[in-house]
Amino acid sequence: MRFFDNRNTLGRVFMLPAGVLLLLFLTYPLGLGTWLGFTDAKIGRAGEWVGLDNFQFLFGDSVARLSLFNTLFYTVVASIGKFALGLWLALLLNRHIPFKSFVRAVVLLPFIVPTALSAIAFWWLYDTQFSVLSWALTRMGLIDQYIDFLGDPWAARFATIAANIWRGVPFVAITLLAGLQTISPSLYEAASLDGASEWQKFWYVTLPMLTPIIAVVMTFSVLFTFTDFQLIYVLTRGGPLNATHLMATLSFQRAIPGGALGEGAALATAMVPFLLAAILFSYFGLQRRAWQQGGNDK
Amino acid sequence: MRNNVNRRDFLKISAGVAAGTATAGMGGEALAQGKPAAGFAYKPEKGAKLRVLRWKRFVQGDEDAFMKNVKAFSDKFGVEVRVDNEGWEDVRPKAAVAANVGSGPDVIYGWFDDPHQYPDKLLDVSDVAGYLGAKYGGWYPVAETYGKRDGKWIGVPLGAAGATFVHRISHVQAAGFKEFPKDLGGFLELCKAMKAKNTPAGFALGNAVGDGNSWVHWLVWSRRQDGQREGTRVINSPETVKALEYAKALYATFVPGTLSWLDANNNKAFLDGQVSITNNGISVYYAAKTSTDAKVKALVADIGHANYPIGPTGKPTELHLFSQAFAFRYSKAPNAAKAFMAFMMEKEQYEPWQQAAIGYITQPLKAYESNPIWTVDPKHTPYRDCVKNMTAHSHAGKLGYASAAAMADFIMVNMVAEAASGSKSPKEAAERAQARAQRYYKV
Repeated sequence: MRFFDNRNTLGRVFMLPAGVLLLLFLTYPLGLGTWLGFTDAKIGRAGEWVGLDNFQFLFGDSVARLSLFNTLFYTVVASIGKFALGLWLALLLNRHIPFKSFVRAVVLLPFIVPTALSAIAFWWLYDTQFSVLSWALTRMGLIDQYIDFLGDPWAARFATIAANIWRGVPFVAITLLAGLQTISPSLYEAASLDGASEWQKFWYVTLPMLTPIIAVVMTFSVLFTFTDFQLIYVLTRGGPLNATHLMATLSFQRAIPGGALGEGAALATAMVPFLLAAILFSYFGLQRRAWQQGGNDK
Repeated sequence: MRNNVNRRDFLKISAGVAAGTATAGMGGEALAQGKPAAGFAYKPEKGAKLRVLRWKRFVQGDEDAFMKNVKAFSDKFGVEVRVDNEGWEDVRPKAAVAANVGSGPDVIYGWFDDPHQYPDKLLDVSDVAGYLGAKYGGWYPVAETYGKRDGKWIGVPLGAAGATFVHRISHVQAAGFKEFPKDLGGFLELCKAMKAKNTPAGFALGNAVGDGNSWVHWLVWSRRQDGQREGTRVINSPETVKALEYAKALYATFVPGTLSWLDANNNKAFLDGQVSITNNGISVYYAAKTSTDAKVKALVADIGHANYPIGPTGKPTELHLFSQAFAFRYSKAPNAAKAFMAFMMEKEQYEPWQQAAIGYITQPLKAYESNPIWTVDPKHTPYRDCVKNMTAHSHAGKLGYASAAAMADFIMVNMVAEAASGSKSPKEAAERAQARAQRYYKV
């Protein structure tokens, strides 16, 4: 079989299954979704090409615009929160603490619990009538009326962000912890010999060595947050007054219960540029070697 | 033996259908066109298999009795039936996908205007609906609105998970009302008085598919005057603004937090004694009755049910979770599917099922008003009239993509919530809702 003797041919043959999988389960659905966004497809009726009509419609739709704002706000605030808390937690866990592996396992819990389940737990925490938080605060005499966590637009935005942060921190923390452990102790020793303070060690050794990992983790974290669905769906369904509707939840609401597949797909497609931007930012920005070595762009 | 239809019965039934439709004015189009109304006979295909998709029961008795009826059908006609239960909000997308791809369950029990999304994919069930209507005292008008399209029946209405104003009798009396008010003015006075006594009302204003939609549609349609026909699409009317002003006054009497309420919140708050009036199905009463908690059980005697008050239109304008069965053209056993839908609505099956569901489902056929379930406990009685009192959510508009999309997008709920909470003035809220609705109704 001369055919298989050729290294290049053989290589391609081995790559074929992976290529087919990618094409079938990634490219095709994504392509179909994008195409639907340019049609007026309704559930139960194939659509016709309508060009940018859906996007125009969405641009003029106050609820869709609000969902864009909500999504950006949600992503930015939650990602910053997750990064700060995650890094802090990773640094703490990187020290010698008693029951180290047990504590590390426990930290992962919020990430392991299915989102829908933890969302229900948060629903109870935030309930206007039965909130444990409000109950405890009233008992302590700190407030005299239950907090309306999910009934006020801004309170609801921050409440959902808090729940998202709670869920996302372990992923960031554990991954950064793994990154921390790859940093050679000799670097810290050298820094000590040079008389570096703890802060200087963090700033000139830890952070630069960690940037490649941070870039990857935060890219993933931003992607997860931007496309969040379950948490909102269980907690608020996008209410009150659509204040917590994310593009993903609104896209579902329009496409499936609302039957407007094309419009929902367009809304989902509109998320892609933002996601691409996040990926490109991490790829071209955070992964630059110059930054990683503690220098500046030349 | 009512279902063992032989040739003679068939002729009788057909004649009955013709007579029934003539008198009730149903199938009038068919008659007007000189075609006889189609008769219906149980003729399932031999060895047929059916797949049925329905929403998951709200009360256990429903599912048990439903499956008993399914078994009776299988035994009688030798048709194997598989029933899948899905969460009630998941049925709609599943049904839509089945319609889209052209395969899936033969019969689906869906919601509201589901059949109007893909009418050309559905079996014409005019014969089944005509037969049932003639046999059981006729369909309520709203059942016809939801079941029929362009003179043809595309769904066989099952009924509605009806809601009433569930209230604490002692609290209503303490607020100075001997009985529950029947008009909007009286209702607002009651809510104000109840608020003053610290026993407030509470109605869902979050994106609550069931309870939220139910009461806000009632509120707005209660002021809509007849004569507003399709094509005008005037959500932004003086009547709506008045309704929204009313909503604002009403909201001031609510327990805090209703803007975040989803479907389950009001049940919990009511059973906990934090809310003394809300809109709900009979499930609250049932939960209290079967509760093992002495405090909750004590509520049973104090729970009252009242139909929604009537507004200036002078007619009830309630909205309830309306369900109907529909069958797809792709079904390999269309006659078995039709037979199944008809069989489940026959008295021998329907009445025990309604009883097992403890009145959770209100019938679409008038004859079942006499089902003892409605009188065995006087507190059940208001639920009897839920479908009779219903106004379609589309009001004068046509059912279809636009009506489904507008409801799924919570346009009405958001409008009332915006005006009630004061985040928009009633006028602004109505204008916004009009703009949102117009986008859907433009096609």
